[in-house]
Amino acid sequence: METVFSILVGLFFAVGIYLILSKHVIRILLGIAIFSNAVNLLIFTSGRIVRSTAPIIPMGEQVLPAGAANPLPQALILTAIVISFSFFAFILVLAFRAYQEMGVDHTAGMRVAEPEGERLPPMGY
Amino acid sequence: MMLEPVAAADWLVVAPVVIGIACGAVLLMFRHHLRWQAVFSIFGLCAMTAANAALFARVLAEGPISMTMGNWLPPFGITFAADALGSGFALVATFVAVACTIYSLCEIGAVGRRYGFYPFLMLMMAGINGAFLTGDIFNLYVWFEVFLIASFGLMILGSEKQQIDGATKYAILNLLATAFFLSATAYLYGVLGTLNMADIARKVDGLRPTAPMMTIASLYLLAFGMKAAAFPLYFWLPASYHTPRNVTGALFGGLLTKIGIYALLRTLVMMFPTERLELSGVIAVVAVATMILGALGALAQSDIRRMMGFLVISGVGVMLAGLALGDANGISGAIFYAVHSMLAMSALYLLAGTMKDFGGSYSLNHLAGLYRLSPALTALALVLFLAAAGLPPGSGLWPKIILTKASIDVGSPWLAGAILVSGLLTTIALGRVFALAFWRDSAGDGVHRKPTEHSVVPAYGSLIMLTVPIVVLGVHPEPFIRVADIAAAGLLDSGAYLRAVFPIAGGG
Repeated sequence: METVFSILVGLFFAVGIYLILSKHVIRILLGIAIFSNAVNLLIFTSGRIVRSTAPIIPMGEQVLPAGAANPLPQALILTAIVISFSFFAFILVLAFRAYQEMGVDHTAGMRVAEPEGERLPPMGY
Repeated sequence: MMLEPVAAADWLVVAPVVIGIACGAVLLMFRHHLRWQAVFSIFGLCAMTAANAALFARVLAEGPISMTMGNWLPPFGITFAADALGSGFALVATFVAVACTIYSLCEIGAVGRRYGFYPFLMLMMAGINGAFLTGDIFNLYVWFEVFLIASFGLMILGSEKQQIDGATKYAILNLLATAFFLSATAYLYGVLGTLNMADIARKVDGLRPTAPMMTIASLYLLAFGMKAAAFPLYFWLPASYHTPRNVTGALFGGLLTKIGIYALLRTLVMMFPTERLELSGVIAVVAVATMILGALGALAQSDIRRMMGFLVISGVGVMLAGLALGDANGISGAIFYAVHSMLAMSALYLLAGTMKDFGGSYSLNHLAGLYRLSPALTALALVLFLAAAGLPPGSGLWPKIILTKASIDVGSPWLAGAILVSGLLTTIALGRVFALAFWRDSAGDGVHRKPTEHSVVPAYGSLIMLTVPIVVLGVHPEPFIRVADIAAAGLLDSGAYLRAVFPIAGGG
């Protein structure tokens, strides 16, 4: 089971990085969304995938029964999903505002903060 | 499975974070009371500084202290652990934030307050303190995201075209760096089954023969190197740090890259010492490239704020040189330099803002005659430039001496040479700013205006507040070097840290 998931995680990473290498902002954003999902799946897989028992502590016990599924990765992923989703929403709006302000969705055209052909500082006075 | 209730004094470990979040929440609720926002923030940050100072004093007196949430046994609950490194950085960072907030009195007007500058500031400081004080690697990720989202808010405050351009690059690349950080943590969890830093540090040795520790350590180097703006991943910094308000630039340039350095020290030195030794060649090359290219970049800029961005990068290279050396002197020098860099870089950004107030421009092509306009500002600028270039009487001198000597001692004179060359290039870049902006006679007038009393007093106040510790560090460095040595020793031999987190197991 872990092998299948590892291949899937690898595919997600590959697709994410391929899209991030693009010059179009919207494709970079899609790449980041896929990349962060790859990371989530990676956490899920590295917590080991077990089918047997639900992670519920029986009445009167202090610890989980042997062979129970690992609940911690799910808590970690839940945190990571919430964070990456809110970040994704933020940069989606940011990219849209950038498109409105600068009229380009291409990173080569985004040179407002670092204008091309700026003068060098004076050599003397 | 439970611990004894925590002693009241140990609550100090979480106090800075609690103060930050509470003040941020209160400021959000009273966001329409514009007049009180700044006063309340300064009050809150002073309380945070006091808490950090008390915590730091206790750590120095008694060694590391820890607190585990929910009173669970350490590896299961989320641990906060303060050692000399973490609480020392937190103290300096909060102090710098107080100075920056004083400067904000003359820069953040009604519009900035309405957009929520002060709540964002308090939440960012909560995140920064959390990152310095947490003892759990996943929790460190969460604090990274807390200060990152607040920093996005600060960066686009004002929504100017330039800011949106810079923020897009800043946001995307930093998001990517935290994604790498999280995937390294996922591998670490898959291998060790624990996220507690102390637990990782004591378990890593047993698993080294079978587990891919090198991969994990390299991924952390990549992620935190990107955060710290190390070569070749620093391009987001000069693209964005000059776009926001000067006070925001000062906070970012002073504090955020240093969190990357802190995380590198914590992971590579404390958790993966063997892997750090393997990687030290790579780190040394990265360090040399970062400090030389940063200084060369600073030479090529005519906009003083963009020059400051490159100087931040150059300083990161010097700290990485300490990490590459990895012995007690190297780590101690890196820690001392980080403290110097927090103070000096923030002061330089604030100085750039004040120079704009007097000279009417950020460009070296237009700035002139500031000496005549304000001799006091010139004196402050001279001290800050000397400090940033690593010359006496500034604080940059001693860590550079420690690092240069340490690199010669371990037999890598080229690293020492790179530190000195980057210092020379920085001196030339800043000397040129001084010659052009301060000494040069202004050709025409019209650009120049005398700033109002209202805007000058907070600017001078904040600059003096940062310059005094810089000079103290430079003139009387012995006690601070001793503290840096203690912090470095605590990282290299984590026994005391482990005992603080695992009192029952005794660190074994």
